[in-house]
Amino acid sequence: MPPSLSPVRTLSRCLLRPQSPIHPRCQWHPSSIRQASAAAGARLNGTVEFDSTPILQHTSRAALANPELPPDVRNGQTKRINLYTAVNEALRHALQTDERVLVFGEDIQFGGVFRCTMNLAGDFGTDRVFNTPLSEQGLVGFAIGAASEGMKPVAEIQFADYVYPAFDQLVNEAAKRRYMSGSTGYNCGGLVVRMPCGVVGHGALYHSQSPEALFTHIPGLHVVIPRSPLQAKGLLLSAIQSNDPVVFMEPKVLYRAAVEQVPVDAYHLPLDKAEVLKSGKDLTVVSYGTPLYTCAAAISAAEKDFGCSVELIDLRTIYPWDRKTVVDSVKKTGRAMVVHESMMNAGVGAEVAATIQEQAFLRLEAPVKRVTGWATHTGLSFEKFIIPDVTRVYDAIRKTIEY
Amino acid sequence: MPNTMSLRASTRRIHCSKLLHPTTYLHTRQTPKVPVGWRQCRAVASTASAERVLFPGALNSKFTNEMAFIRPSTHKAIPTYRVMDQYGQVINKEVGVDTEDEEALTLYRNMVCLSIMDLLMFEAQRQGRLSFYMMSAGEEGIAVGTASALDPSDVIFCQYRETGVFLQRGFTLDQFMNQLFANKEDLGKGRNMPVHYGSKELNIHTVSSPLATQIPHAAGAAYALKLQNQQQSDKPPRVAVCFFGEGAASEGDFHAALNIAATRQVPSIFICRNNGYAISTPTSDQYRGDGIAARGAGYGIDTLRVDGNDIFAVRRAVKEARRIALENGGKPVLIEMMAYRVGHHSTSDDSFAYRQKVEVEDWKRRDNPITRLRKWLEGRGVWDEDKERELRSSLRKKVLAAFDKAEKMKKPPIASAFEGVYEEITEEQKQHIEELRDILQRYPKEYDIDQHEGGIESLSQLLEKK
Repeated sequence: MPPSLSPVRTLSRCLLRPQSPIHPRCQWHPSSIRQASAAAGARLNGTVEFDSTPILQHTSRAALANPELPPDVRNGQTKRINLYTAVNEALRHALQTDERVLVFGEDIQFGGVFRCTMNLAGDFGTDRVFNTPLSEQGLVGFAIGAASEGMKPVAEIQFADYVYPAFDQLVNEAAKRRYMSGSTGYNCGGLVVRMPCGVVGHGALYHSQSPEALFTHIPGLHVVIPRSPLQAKGLLLSAIQSNDPVVFMEPKVLYRAAVEQVPVDAYHLPLDKAEVLKSGKDLTVVSYGTPLYTCAAAISAAEKDFGCSVELIDLRTIYPWDRKTVVDSVKKTGRAMVVHESMMNAGVGAEVAATIQEQAFLRLEAPVKRVTGWATHTGLSFEKFIIPDVTRVYDAIRKTIEY
Repeated sequence: MPNTMSLRASTRRIHCSKLLHPTTYLHTRQTPKVPVGWRQCRAVASTASAERVLFPGALNSKFTNEMAFIRPSTHKAIPTYRVMDQYGQVINKEVGVDTEDEEALTLYRNMVCLSIMDLLMFEAQRQGRLSFYMMSAGEEGIAVGTASALDPSDVIFCQYRETGVFLQRGFTLDQFMNQLFANKEDLGKGRNMPVHYGSKELNIHTVSSPLATQIPHAAGAAYALKLQNQQQSDKPPRVAVCFFGEGAASEGDFHAALNIAATRQVPSIFICRNNGYAISTPTSDQYRGDGIAARGAGYGIDTLRVDGNDIFAVRRAVKEARRIALENGGKPVLIEMMAYRVGHHSTSDDSFAYRQKVEVEDWKRRDNPITRLRKWLEGRGVWDEDKERELRSSLRKKVLAAFDKAEKMKKPPIASAFEGVYEEITEEQKQHIEELRDILQRYPKEYDIDQHEGGIESLSQLLEKK
């Protein structure tokens, strides 16, 4: 939550929010606590401001200037919404336009613990938007079966931390369905599994994880992580439209914090393209999801302090990913850095760094730097020391530029 | 709220002492005195004189002042439904069997065909001509009987020991053999181990090795069918049917599936083949309840235990289950089919390492679905030794002919190794295909490329495709 919001407004929002005492997990409010915990003399850490960050589109004109939007959407209206509302609008549009679309998961019916499915059950009926028993393997298996018989299920795992019981179903069944069925034509292409991921300030071990790297090792799955409301709406609609199973991870700290102008009409964003958010000539920073905000803040400080020019790339689709955009950028800048929340070993950064090394070896002027979570778990009171922050990204930029 | 806290704590204490008091046990009819405070507390959910608990988690539960643990050991085991005995005699002559002679002969021929195919393929694997095989011996009646009682449009999910389902639905001997040899005609494009059949034409999903994963799929597919049944009133309603062994029922997916099937009220039939063993593990190491059937009620699912060696019982049970499954839009049904796994678990298993040969021989001789139906057919005068000999020799010839044909066929194109991972070939895959093509071109003697349809060209064609 941006510090500019008055405490009164914060409080009233809190009171307005429907509370449900059904399940302890429901008590989750993904507000950013990181600002509050910034050290008194901090210049770098604590400067991620959502209401002025260049990552978000603060004006209607900027939002509609996106060349990836179709012409009719670019001539349309926008609306200032946060990320959970964008997810909700994508689901709403999908339910409205395709009767094969189903939305289900734990605690979906009352609106979801993060409000992503607000009012959907009421508007589309509990045949299409419904609660499932508390069983991740069950609900993902159920979704695979429904998709195999022609439906388009959008299943929700309440937290990415709880996807592991469904790992077998995702890895051995969903990912392999089309391949193993050969020419019979069976597949579960209509399947989308949504899950909130990433740190939230106080999520500790089981409300903070980013397991995307585990899914990038599975042929057959698309792994997508949007960075903002505009991206979330377009990418989720593409995920639902896709004929391959998609793991759609939503950074939960952005659900309320990231607010931007989003086209009112429905639109699709490509599932196989990275996006250059800011061009530069000295260094390429590759990231996705929440750390992009950290990167943007670090880049702006570094550019001011070191007089360098940094290019920032959002992978968006973590697997299969857009190698060309990244490699082309590094060929231009000669230096690269990857930033993500999950730990370094065998993380997404390892694959990106290896690919850069392989395909842009002669252009590299410095080792590819990885700024990631440390090799530990996200202990409750240590989050700010574990997850890449502005200082660490700033310092990595300095080291890479000065190498 | 300190008041409420102390009130609840004190009433709980009183309640406990009440239970310990001997009069509570001796005069169970006498309504125990409920302290005033407790009564007020409970009044939120129920009235003081209510017989029912009204806790949201068990609305139909009545209060009792008799503390009686439910002991499974004191309950009678769920009975096993049968129509004819092991001598092929129909037990209730008035009800009889609802299978015509002609249909019974077809079922019999299919079961015999299955057993002949099993024996020949088992031998073929032993000779090293097949990589792997799994027999259905002793369970032919379950697969063939179930498939015959369903509508061809019903969707089926199998574990792997349901070859009879494919046979009964019309999977041809050629199709079986093509799959076993993973040749270019295999519907699975040579990607799966033998016995992992699948056919969309026959509405049977492709078999995958992970156990029990297909059970929640069946629940989800049944939910899709339920919505389609509602939307397409011009088409006959369909059910989803799922097979699994009693070992697979120990997996979490079994629990997840039956629970979600019950809460979503899906038209599905879950069929457990309880054959006594999961590879080497006897049922005594698998569970301690009354088999799998006893779990059905726990999930709120209509359940029946059936003699799997009695094809008439199997058929009647499945027909009735199908009717129940489609009642009021849909509800799941569980059937436990009792059987004995006569064969080894697979060709990679020697079952005499963990069970007596005499036990198997005993089962073979005493009772199996094929001989039981044969006895019935002979009793009806529609079958005899000559017909039996003729059938067996002609089936043997047919299977061997299909076997020879499939064995000689080429393997699928190498391109099939990459296709179908995603709907479209990815950029990463293109690079890998190019690298593989390069290796194959530069080291041609290291690979048997010509075994595969189209040779190296299939990779080039795949790269050109866009």
